[in-house]
Amino acid sequence: MSTQSTDPPHVRLGLFLRDNPMIPLLIFLFLLIAALEVMRPGIVIPIRAGRDGLISTFWVGNLVKFAIPLAMLAACQVLTMLTAGIDLSVGVVATVAAFVCATLSSIWGATPAVLIALSTGVVVGLVNGFGVGIVRVHPLIMTLGTGLVATGCLQVYQRMVINAGTEIPGGLEWLGIGRTFGMPNGLFLFIPFAIFILWLMRYTGFGRILFALGSNERAASLSGVRAWHVYLALYVLSGVIAALAGLLYLGMIRQTSLSLANPLLLPSVAAAVIGGTSIFGGRGSYAGAIIGALILRVLDTMLTLMQMPEGARTALFGLIILAVTALYVRITGTR
Amino acid sequence: MTELPLLDASGIAKSFGAVRALTDARLTVDRGEIVALMGANGAGKSTFVKILTGALKPDAGQVRIRGAEARVGSPAQARRSGLVPVYQEPSLIPDLDVADNLRLADTPVDPFRAWVSELGIAGLSLSDMIGDLPLATLRILDLARALAAEPDVLLLDEMTAALPTDLVEHVLKVVRAKANDGLGVIYVSHRFTEISELCDRATVLRDGRSVGDLKIEPGVEERAVELMLGQKLALGLRDTAGGAAHRTGTPRLRVRALAAAPKLTDVSFDLYPGEVLGVVALEGQGQDELFEALSGFEPPSDGTIEVDGTPMTFAHPADAIAAGLTFVPGNRAEALLSQRSVRENIALPFSARIASWGPLKLRHERERVGYAIDKLQIDTRAQGEVQRLSGGNQQKVTIGRWIAKGVETLLLFDPTRGIDVRTKRQIYPLVRELAENGAAVLFYTSELEEVPLACDRAVVIFNGRIVDIIDAAAADEATLMRAAHGLTGEDSAA
Repeated sequence: MSTQSTDPPHVRLGLFLRDNPMIPLLIFLFLLIAALEVMRPGIVIPIRAGRDGLISTFWVGNLVKFAIPLAMLAACQVLTMLTAGIDLSVGVVATVAAFVCATLSSIWGATPAVLIALSTGVVVGLVNGFGVGIVRVHPLIMTLGTGLVATGCLQVYQRMVINAGTEIPGGLEWLGIGRTFGMPNGLFLFIPFAIFILWLMRYTGFGRILFALGSNERAASLSGVRAWHVYLALYVLSGVIAALAGLLYLGMIRQTSLSLANPLLLPSVAAAVIGGTSIFGGRGSYAGAIIGALILRVLDTMLTLMQMPEGARTALFGLIILAVTALYVRITGTR
Repeated sequence: MTELPLLDASGIAKSFGAVRALTDARLTVDRGEIVALMGANGAGKSTFVKILTGALKPDAGQVRIRGAEARVGSPAQARRSGLVPVYQEPSLIPDLDVADNLRLADTPVDPFRAWVSELGIAGLSLSDMIGDLPLATLRILDLARALAAEPDVLLLDEMTAALPTDLVEHVLKVVRAKANDGLGVIYVSHRFTEISELCDRATVLRDGRSVGDLKIEPGVEERAVELMLGQKLALGLRDTAGGAAHRTGTPRLRVRALAAAPKLTDVSFDLYPGEVLGVVALEGQGQDELFEALSGFEPPSDGTIEVDGTPMTFAHPADAIAAGLTFVPGNRAEALLSQRSVRENIALPFSARIASWGPLKLRHERERVGYAIDKLQIDTRAQGEVQRLSGGNQQKVTIGRWIAKGVETLLLFDPTRGIDVRTKRQIYPLVRELAENGAAVLFYTSELEEVPLACDRAVVIFNGRIVDIIDAAAADEATLMRAAHGLTGEDSAA
């Protein structure tokens, strides 16, 4: 406590922001939205452009809609980062789940297709958890590796089902593109999901153990935690969440590809880091990651509005993610 | 003309932050002389050795070699000026073979080979990987390498620890012979028998200063023990003389012939419910291995552990905890989640098992954590992050974890290391109280004066074995110090 009175102001600001990460995140989000409105008057506040309505429910709905799959994948990163891990297979898992679901539902119907798609997440998660928890491969290498393997398997699978055609289950389409009072139906899935993750991190023994493992694995093991149990459960959970996000994304995009959700991987990591989760473990917030996902979506919209060529846009998006993350880490002293 | 001493260190002082490790350390070594450097744990021996060998820079004082002030700014400079150390941890690179390691230090190969066979190691190949060789061999290689460099002064740090008896004899013989040829030797050791056999003189360190220079002669052990003890701050008296444990029935913990690499060779004892059993040992006598084996961190290589009469094997700390054996490590950093709250730290064992991964039982947790905080009087003003607490309070949190969970058998490894006297005085009665309520406590402390305050009996471990069992309440510090140095009744009579 004595440190707070003697530290220079910028350190104190950093400490304050570290203890209350949501405040600067929300401020940053609203600043970005304001900048967007300046760039294109009326996009957020239609009345400024002479149209009806104070806030555009269409625009807000769109922002939220596309932030949802990103925020779900960010949950995978937050949970694994709590233990000083990371899950780089989530993009591929989401893609695989979407592809498997779309192809199988034309053969066996929607429900078995969804279940099988989710179980692909379980399988990849089991392999990740086995590698990280039992063989003790670094999570970065392990999940990158399983991601590659899964991509290969997907290509083989594609040859096998090439004549089957694809079909998007109606329920997923409803979740993906339907709206209720202007807000995307995806929220019917996402709100319970987010509450579950927040509850898991804060009010369950499993959540406590994730923080403990990331803070000090030896201390956790000294208290009787068998780390491999935790890693196995954690990466399976992460795989299932990724598969679920992939299904939702399928309903939104309504087409399949062999790299459907792969571009969401880096943003999912960035959303977690911007949201105040430390990649070195032991510190993290899912609420922050949700705001992080929204911030990234607004940034993406801004770049789209600038009408830059696709390549430049992608490069700039990557640069901005790096810059924002570095700046945030610098200010708050977290890593 | 009077000959200058080979090595003359005087007025050496060194502080680490607010901690003054050395205030006035002195040491001289003449040609052909073997000087023992002695001192209890924390007297400043390691720091002094590091300064002599150039690994640390002193704040004050000077080291002269042959009268010329040696600017021992680095280990390499110390070597050039003729002082070659052999450390307790062999300084050989495990991923290289013997020849490569010799090349790194520019050691001539032929003299090295000659010394190796002289020291009693046969059949060594220069292409052997260091990592594949046993510790005892490595220590001999390290010594042979030092001898091959033809030093003026040789510094041997606990040279005979981890060596089998036949190698010890070879080493002592070679060192004596080299000294007769004019080599000066600094012999850092806890072992009186070797010191009286080998050395000419002993310099004793206490609280960072050299407090005496003793000629080795019969009866010198007593004088050395006295010097090492000096006058100590009283830690208070034990308030309950009564309430001694009745050691009958099945022991809570029965340990037989326990061995664990590299240092623990043969330890057997019984620990009864209601008893606090002290472990008296100088640094590195095998107590670390004993506690690691009992807490499930490192399985022992031999021997049996029985809990309440049932034989047990522990493959993970979770097994030991399930059997009621809970461990508080000496290094707080090993046990704490430094960025998490006091409450989460204390409640950690509640969530450890898969069965408890579900919703937290918040009320139960609050009650138990509150109980532990009250019991230990933990200062909770900075409870948001454990790393903001003082060292003493952090230590209390590591103990509080098991108080909250409920203690059956508590393995306390040096729980008072580096904490203030006030906190220490809170910890001894707590340990006594736990025992009076039926817990069994194994209590290792590096500070001997704590043994009579907290323990009923104490086992003395020396060189990996139990050499004595002492009635702790009656033992004075000098007795303990003698015992810790392996001077049991028979030895000192001999």
